[in-house]
Amino acid sequence: MEITSLAAHEILNLLRSRKVSPEEVVTALSRRIERVDPLVHAYLSHDLERALADASSADVSLPLGGLPISIKDIISVKGHPCSCASKILENYIAPYDATVVSRLRAAGAIPFGRLNMDEFAMGSSTENSAFGPSKNPWDITRTPGGSSGGSAAAVAADEAFAALGSDTGGSIRQPAALCGCVGLKPTYGRVSRYGLVAFASSLDQIGPLTKDVEDAALLMDIIAGVDVNDSTSLPEPVTGFSANLRKGVKDLKIGLPKEYFIDGLDPEVEKAVRTAVEHLEGLGAELREISLPHTDYALSTYYVIAPAEASANLARFDGVRYGYRASESDGLIDHYGRTREEGFGAEVKRRIILGTYVLSSGYYDAYYLRAQKVRSLIRKDFADAFEKVDVIACPTSPTPAFGLGERTNDPLSMYLADIFTLAANMAGICGISIPCGFAEQTGKRLPVGLQILGKELDESTILQASYAYEQSTDWHKAKPTISV
Amino acid sequence: MSSTKLEVEYVAELARIKLTPEEVNTFRSQLEIVLQHVERLNQVDVSNVEPMAHSFPIYNVFRNDEPRNGLDNESALANAPRRAQGLFMVTKVVE
Repeated sequence: MEITSLAAHEILNLLRSRKVSPEEVVTALSRRIERVDPLVHAYLSHDLERALADASSADVSLPLGGLPISIKDIISVKGHPCSCASKILENYIAPYDATVVSRLRAAGAIPFGRLNMDEFAMGSSTENSAFGPSKNPWDITRTPGGSSGGSAAAVAADEAFAALGSDTGGSIRQPAALCGCVGLKPTYGRVSRYGLVAFASSLDQIGPLTKDVEDAALLMDIIAGVDVNDSTSLPEPVTGFSANLRKGVKDLKIGLPKEYFIDGLDPEVEKAVRTAVEHLEGLGAELREISLPHTDYALSTYYVIAPAEASANLARFDGVRYGYRASESDGLIDHYGRTREEGFGAEVKRRIILGTYVLSSGYYDAYYLRAQKVRSLIRKDFADAFEKVDVIACPTSPTPAFGLGERTNDPLSMYLADIFTLAANMAGICGISIPCGFAEQTGKRLPVGLQILGKELDESTILQASYAYEQSTDWHKAKPTISV
Repeated sequence: MSSTKLEVEYVAELARIKLTPEEVNTFRSQLEIVLQHVERLNQVDVSNVEPMAHSFPIYNVFRNDEPRNGLDNESALANAPRRAQGLFMVTKVVE
């Protein structure tokens, strides 16, 4: 057995007992990447020498001592590239560490490699990467989901022990579901975003993608908590996510939103998710049907609010202070226009256009203001539901992994991939996706994800429910056979 | 909500992106489909509903007004496409 197939907490045990050294771990990971990544393309780059230097000084007595953690290419690691999978930041080197990265370093971890993604986290398949798509390790003719598709594919393919991603409308949970790993989107404000390149500031959160639930809790213990450098981070105490993991699901009230079990939901996905919630019932949880009446409006609301915020955030890419600059221009306005035309990919331009439009004079009230009001109603749906239940269970994605190229010419069909995940971002609540079975398509086994949504700041409960499920099933242990 | 045709060229100008004619056509047809989908927000009764800009109401986050180190000049300029004499070089704005 290769050590790369171990979960983070397992490799940490070996590191702590000095059965392996941090250098051996980093080297094994690098070899695995060399062998597998030509097929999967989860990484944009990794710097073995730098990782070995970090490994040689790693203190294995620390909570994450000597553990390489792979980083989505939108989170700043000082001295490493941070391209957001965009041509406009192709040669950008981050001048400082994101808070999550300084916390990981302080806990002994080694920031390792740059993981592929949809450009600026806009997409659901990693096909919007300027540097080519990542492939799903379970079937390399299919996408790993997105936007943190490289993170999910790397974890699933044993090219990473654990990874960080970001989630604006499902970008951690959806790829985790499609690749068969665990992905947690914390409560808005739970994890500092200092050093995360901004996409939609009222929605973005950083979170872990891991091989099992224990690892997700382990990473959350390190990265969660208030930060003076992010004024939206919440000054709330961080409870020991790992310490409370084993509380079980006895008498836990689980809500099943009827609006999430609908036409268009793949029958095999539905079957796996229903079987999973019945399994939780068997472990002592109580199931209740609930209603989230504004579910049908979530996608529309999201595709007003997220592009509006993106159009403002991406105004900073002007070709002056950093990033790509068009070589020839006729004056300042022409310089901006050409730099952004040449530097951004199609989906980013599409969303900037959409966002600029819904904020433009004459349309603001009709689109943006109205969407913000509907967002209040979506948030209230969840608040009402959490009066009756402790957590909500539903599919993470309506379908298993879809084929490369299948949806690239039809933005709306791509946007629909996030239909079950984006409401959580708008409400600000936390959510996790865990493996709960497989769907069989064209002779391939494709992972299915169970999504468990929790109240704001209640990551502990969704982690406990996920852990109880995982410990009594084997789905998270399944490994893909990576082949052409 | 208006059914006015989305004027992609005009909006692109506002967003400072010089699109090709092909992009203008593609984006127009794709975004009109997205905007048609968004029209369903008109079905929701939002009278007496407060708009929500943010998930949690946090206001006025203060820190102590103490000096701390930012990026030094070299780090701040390290990614600049054009620089001179410790400064960013910009395209001429005034004649």
